[in-house]
Amino acid sequence: MMSEVHPREILICTVAKLLDGVRHVAVGASSPIPAAGAMLLRALKQQTGEKGPRISILGSVEHNFFTNGSAELFDCAGQGRIDAFFLGGGQIDGRGNVNLVGTGDYPQTQVRWPGSFGSAYLYYVVPRVILFREEHTPRALVEKVDFISTPGVSDNGVYRSGGPIALLTSKALFRFDKARPGFDLQSIHPGHDLAGIKDATGFQFAHESQPQQTALPDPQTLALLRGRVYDEVAETYPDFAAQMRREIERPLSHAS
Amino acid sequence: MVSDLRALAKYVEPGIRLALPVDYAGVSMAMTRPIMERNTRNLDLVCVPTGGLQVDQLVGAGLVRSVETSAVSLGEAGGAPRFNAAVKDGTIALKDATCPAIHAGLMAAQKGSPFMPMRGLIGSDLLRHRSDWRVIDNPLADGGDPIVLIPAIKPDITIFHAPMADRFGNVWIGRRRELAAMAYASATTLVTVERIVDESLLASEMSAAGVLPALYVTEIAVAPKGAWPYGLWGEYPTDTAEILRYARAARTAEGFSDYMANAQMEPA
Repeated sequence: MMSEVHPREILICTVAKLLDGVRHVAVGASSPIPAAGAMLLRALKQQTGEKGPRISILGSVEHNFFTNGSAELFDCAGQGRIDAFFLGGGQIDGRGNVNLVGTGDYPQTQVRWPGSFGSAYLYYVVPRVILFREEHTPRALVEKVDFISTPGVSDNGVYRSGGPIALLTSKALFRFDKARPGFDLQSIHPGHDLAGIKDATGFQFAHESQPQQTALPDPQTLALLRGRVYDEVAETYPDFAAQMRREIERPLSHAS
Repeated sequence: MVSDLRALAKYVEPGIRLALPVDYAGVSMAMTRPIMERNTRNLDLVCVPTGGLQVDQLVGAGLVRSVETSAVSLGEAGGAPRFNAAVKDGTIALKDATCPAIHAGLMAAQKGSPFMPMRGLIGSDLLRHRSDWRVIDNPLADGGDPIVLIPAIKPDITIFHAPMADRFGNVWIGRRRELAAMAYASATTLVTVERIVDESLLASEMSAAGVLPALYVTEIAVAPKGAWPYGLWGEYPTDTAEILRYARAARTAEGFSDYMANAQMEPA
């Protein structure tokens, strides 16, 4: 009998579903959950005889086949050769704007984050950008970001072949509706409810009166994740893989 | 052509535009101290395309007037403490960018062109705060299609660290092509290396494509473990414990000064 599904395993399996159909996904250097989701999708595809997506892990020597320096990722994306990418953000707002720079008035921000990295390009040209932020609080998911590192939508006439398709947090999955623009609550992860999601979200979002629960992985998928996929994850993120394996051996004690 | 680190540091005059590489590409940490000894102020840094420990230390030492960058952080060790403090205090000017914009600016300089057009950016606050970036309508389209022009970035000096050079001044950069892009764009390029080899790196077709020819290299100095505590590709890993130690110490200006005064400047 397998132990119960770990909350992060639900995230990993959700990422795999969001990536279904991509040929090439790029993952940041310190993003074990998105990477695990991409590796799970590849393993699932290969079980059915398909090749599965190519996965580029930035900053990794083993999982990075670029030979033209750090510019190549962006050139590759500009050519339409990268189908999916993940973006975090100190702040994400209801219009899909992302702030990676800091809080308060720019440039003398009171809290300075590292900076925008490649977001002000990749968000425009990668077709399937998944906003991934485990922290689901009103300070992370805000009504309006203090600084737009990169905008969720662009005016008509501005070249935009990519953008956000979803926002995944530790509590819920949202789909992005670029026509409105805004987020639609897609599903709520086990252990959370609509009232709690509303309290934890700084922006308004559309939702059904009784939102569905995020699907749990079936036993075969879970077994694949806990076997082959964690082995692969461990090559790049050894600490994360070890922690996941520890925590599924000894389920997290729930606060009583 | 092989000089010592202090001789290289003499090139770094007050007020110059200095390009430095991303933390995994080959940072010449060995040059940080010689530059600080000369107390050359008003440096305008260009991070290609992001900055880390070296940028934080130059800012902490009060040598920096402005930073053009897509990000500054200490990676796993968290935010860059002296950079963040300088931003909060308003003591450095910021030119926030996005990675491909830095690459585009260097590419324009490499080609001797005044600018490079680039997608993205429109509607961001990065663009709003960059008076040097321009938006034009694509002149090759039938109308509309706004696109951003990134002006050429022409650093006075580029400094980086690489595994080896040969005695003819050619430098092995492997697949870290951004190091070549920096050198092409810069008036002066200073390189520290782990070692000098006798045989020309251009002699073999297997190595030649990974070589920055001496044509672009001004001076070379030998600095074993010269990227430390950063790692160097193909040579040694990052000393994360040391970077964490710095991150803790540099939370305050006093802690930073103590670290810089007392820290061993070379690996054990």
